[in-house]
Amino acid sequence: MAHRDDDIRNLHEQELEEDEDDDALQGDYVGEEYYGSDGTNESGTESMPWIAWFCSLGGHQYFAEVADEFVEDDFNLTGLSSVVPFYKEALEMILDLEPEEDSTKVPDVSIVEASAEQLYGLIHQRYIVTRQGLQQMAEKYQAGHFGTCPRTYCQSTNVVPCGRYDLAGVETVKLYCPNCQDLYSPPSSRYLNLDGAYFGTTFAHMLFHVYPELVPNIQSRIYQPTIYGFKISEHSRSGPRMQWLRTKVDPIRLDAQGHLITAKGEDDDLDEDDKEDESM
Amino acid sequence: MGSNTHILWFFVFAGLEERVDEYESGTDSDYTQYWVDWFLSRKGNEYFCEVDEEYIMDRFNLTGLNTEVQYYSQALDMITDNLDDNLDDEMREIVEKSARHLYGLIHARFIITAHGLTKMLEKFKKCDFGRCPRVLCHNHPLLPVALSDVPYTKSVKLYCCRCEDIYNPKSSRHASIDGAYYGCSFPHMLFQVYPQLVPPKSTERYVPRIFGFKLHDVAKQHRHQDRIREDSHARIMAGIEGLQQQQQQQRLAIAAAAGSQKKGGEENQQNSNSKSPSMTTESGAMADVN
Repeated sequence: MAHRDDDIRNLHEQELEEDEDDDALQGDYVGEEYYGSDGTNESGTESMPWIAWFCSLGGHQYFAEVADEFVEDDFNLTGLSSVVPFYKEALEMILDLEPEEDSTKVPDVSIVEASAEQLYGLIHQRYIVTRQGLQQMAEKYQAGHFGTCPRTYCQSTNVVPCGRYDLAGVETVKLYCPNCQDLYSPPSSRYLNLDGAYFGTTFAHMLFHVYPELVPNIQSRIYQPTIYGFKISEHSRSGPRMQWLRTKVDPIRLDAQGHLITAKGEDDDLDEDDKEDESM
Repeated sequence: MGSNTHILWFFVFAGLEERVDEYESGTDSDYTQYWVDWFLSRKGNEYFCEVDEEYIMDRFNLTGLNTEVQYYSQALDMITDNLDDNLDDEMREIVEKSARHLYGLIHARFIITAHGLTKMLEKFKKCDFGRCPRVLCHNHPLLPVALSDVPYTKSVKLYCCRCEDIYNPKSSRHASIDGAYYGCSFPHMLFQVYPQLVPPKSTERYVPRIFGFKLHDVAKQHRHQDRIREDSHARIMAGIEGLQQQQQQQRLAIAAAAGSQKKGGEENQQNSNSKSPSMTTESGAMADVN
């Protein structure tokens, strides 16, 4: 927090001085605090660009650092100016640029911070589906920065952040498991204020499309409920009804209609007969 | 049915409150606290319910546990607060470890009894075991389940009755609890006894998309899943129809049997009553939870 405040003070130094001319005491106090923290945090505060600082914050481990060149290219930001309030100021904050003189109309620094976070998130959504962004995220995936799948039979395979909507402000971020191809809520509440749109609906699937070797190879298993070791019949009112959900077949073995191909077709029938026999 | 259970719950709650009052008047220091209460109040033991004292006192319920647990009799004394105070600290620690293990094993047996099930049901309704992490289960409450009834083999897992799958507990404290303290049967026994708690099953499924387009390989798998679902649904419906036909045949046979018409009518009714729940399988609504 102190870092961010310092950065902002640094950026808006002139502005602050102008604003607080009438309150000399407070101005002095701010100055003292500023210099004091400068002394203690010398290494972190001044040298750290906003993007690196933002990604190092607690709860922001899911973010990749967007390359400056990507943000600087206006083409990549097409349309964002109409979505994000105080777009210009927010962009300046992200790029650590000195604010222009006419930016004094900003009522509060915290509003620009919020805008900068949203703008960064939306740029991030676009960046992580580029070649460079995918590579960065693939490294983070392999390092396990996004956590593991809570499903027992997925054997703690790594998950990737994924949104269900590309529009900001609809839903928080979810985690996609490439093994069970399902979405889960993050285990910690610290991720509850991360917008799903900052990762987008496409990224998770694009990642495994571009890097198919990242898809885990775990033998698929379906949970079989039992009582005293006996399977529960599917004819029971509380018997299994959702086993289809976790059925996983290699898509190579399936035709376009979802039928098992040729010789495997007999297997399929056998499997189902077996299942029926067991559950009866 | 609904009002009956409400009245029952009222009594359960009223009973609990009384007991809490009793304890509060007597628990000024840790020494006067009952061992079971101390155990249940410890962090990480939120998944356990209180085993009835009568259940522990009945030796029949503990059959075979003496070979599972070291220092069995001292551990049992500790659970029932009858342990002598003249044990040294080292011994006390060992006995306590055994007591915790013994309590867990008794717990596994207790929670599949009628009274144990009601106690766990209450915890289930309070979501003491957490909620399903799967997004499309919409925070459905979970139940503890084991993958093995043998102690020291597998840790406890959490079963979601909506997606019928098992998950690892979020907290490492809970993830280290022995699964044998809950048993493989518990959640399924609960739903056999309270089938009205089974939520309606949905065919909702997450569909991965790239720039709004579905993925071919995933779509193929989804079609396969749909086929399996339709097949199993057809099997279940055929099974129910088969039952109906059997019933009808029975009915005809009974009607044909002369002289015992009255009795036959009664049986007939009983039959149709006992079969009716299975006919509403697909629409078994879950009114109490959520």
